[in-house]
Amino acid sequence: MPELKDIASQVRRDILRMVHGANSGHPGGSLGCADFLTALYFKVMKHNPAFDMDARGEDVFFLSNGHISPVFYSVLARSGYFDIKELSTFRKINSRLQGHPTTHDHLPGVRIASGSLGQGMSVAIGAALAKKLNNEKNIVYSLHGDGELDEGQIWEAAMFAAHHKVDNLISTIDWNGQQIDGPTDKVMSLGNIRNKFEAFGWTTLEMNGNDMDDIISTLDKAKSLVGQGKPIGIMMHTIMGKGVDFMENDHNWHGVAPNDEQLQRALAQLPETLGDY
Amino acid sequence: MLKDIQSTGNKDTRSGFGDGIAEVARKNSNVVALTADLAGSLKLQQFIKEFPQRFIQCGIAEANMIGIAAGMTIGGKIPYTTTFANFSTGRVYDQIRQSVAYSGKNVKICASHAGLTLGEDGATHQILEDIGLMKMLPGMTVIVPCDYNQTKAATIAVADYVGPVYLRFGRPVWPIFTKVEDFVIGKAQYFSEGKDVSIFACGHMVWNAIQAGIILQDKGISAEVINIHTIKPIDEEAIITSLSKTRCAVTAEEHNIIGGLGDAVAQVAAKSIPTPIEYVGTKDTFGESGTPKELLKKYGLDIPDIVAAAEKVILRKKA
Repeated sequence: MPELKDIASQVRRDILRMVHGANSGHPGGSLGCADFLTALYFKVMKHNPAFDMDARGEDVFFLSNGHISPVFYSVLARSGYFDIKELSTFRKINSRLQGHPTTHDHLPGVRIASGSLGQGMSVAIGAALAKKLNNEKNIVYSLHGDGELDEGQIWEAAMFAAHHKVDNLISTIDWNGQQIDGPTDKVMSLGNIRNKFEAFGWTTLEMNGNDMDDIISTLDKAKSLVGQGKPIGIMMHTIMGKGVDFMENDHNWHGVAPNDEQLQRALAQLPETLGDY
Repeated sequence: MLKDIQSTGNKDTRSGFGDGIAEVARKNSNVVALTADLAGSLKLQQFIKEFPQRFIQCGIAEANMIGIAAGMTIGGKIPYTTTFANFSTGRVYDQIRQSVAYSGKNVKICASHAGLTLGEDGATHQILEDIGLMKMLPGMTVIVPCDYNQTKAATIAVADYVGPVYLRFGRPVWPIFTKVEDFVIGKAQYFSEGKDVSIFACGHMVWNAIQAGIILQDKGISAEVINIHTIKPIDEEAIITSLSKTRCAVTAEEHNIIGGLGDAVAQVAAKSIPTPIEYVGTKDTFGESGTPKELLKKYGLDIPDIVAAAEKVILRKKA
């Protein structure tokens, strides 16, 4: 198998080409989370690309910040859930690759619709509770944007998970400090989100979400904390737009597609390791 | 004969839910119950006593409850969420829309204290828009049973019915007059054959419709009283068959006349058999505090209101 960082490079190429092809979509957060999702699907999670909705005996991942669908679709396709050629249909009419992920069109790998923010932690908790009732030892993972923490439902879920000792849940927050209207500090101050989750009764970890070694070692640590009576939260520092110099740390790339020239400049920075779709 | 329909007792429909979920849970180990701090009001005591591991207290956080229910279906659970109708629908519309309906999840949204008959708590709690909200969601089944037995039957039936369901019932003690075995999802329930007017009702208003039918009979008017407990998918065939005989209708529901049963019946009529219809329901207004009886009278949902609507629609038909 290729190195994880090489897979992540290909995933970033996929993201840029998909968003360019659709002339819409969300490259910023997708690029920022490419390393994390690559690690999850190619190393950390026990999962089966012969997709079964109920996921018995498998680890499960929920993407709560559904707008970063390009990175999700790329990782699913690259890990065998569906043909990589289908990535070219992203956001186009009659596609299973909707702008935001959905189960509606039966795309393998997607277990819940997301897009309207703040709902995925609750869903992940539900799946984690079902696993406990079924006596399954698997882990449920979820990913959330930091801007998404503005939504009240997240904190309802955070309170619930601690109260009910949902200790087979690992929720990661993409702490890139950016949301559509600007830096999170300007739009709605989040304060120290790690302290907030700690105060809600979670065990928390922090990592550099653009450093593959740190991702792997932190996720290993998180897995070792499963089953100890507390939900686990990972505060993941990432750079929005990571991997493309002119996109990095710029919230204007949250939801804008590159033009032809920008695409070429971006792709030149990312080696084609597995072959473009 | 409508006069032969006797009440065999009085009980609240929510108790039918409580007894129904305990019964279905004994047969189906995947049934789980969630509540947002209203386990007592939704009569979950027996379920909790027998199945403590399958009861999930969510606190006063309905949005989270809906999301958790959606997640629990992944792994084969059949979650029943429980709270008042207002907090089951309007408060969590987007959660139901995205995580349940659009995602096609097998969640049963069970809503008590619907409509005016909630009574003294007043308009903040008396939702009169929930049937409309729920029936507009693609793929959502909407069921409004009429008494204790039917609520129990529906609670049991939805466990084997794959897909999202909105099950609406209420708080007041109300006559029991149906048999558990007579309930079939999607199948209208006839109480009388008639030729002059069809009365389509749901929920608590079915009993009132039967009483109105008896009064009409004494006036020489033959009314066909039909319980449309499943508002979606609606029994189009039953409505068309009845309207083709009577050529006019009254709808009766504890809901805004905009968006509820009346709208659903009118749509069937407009497509297949255009017919004069009078609507008994709240007239685009909020409710208020009062006893159920006082409220039904003040807002025009009492037995005489159904009688008057029937007489009016028959005159319109003749004109």
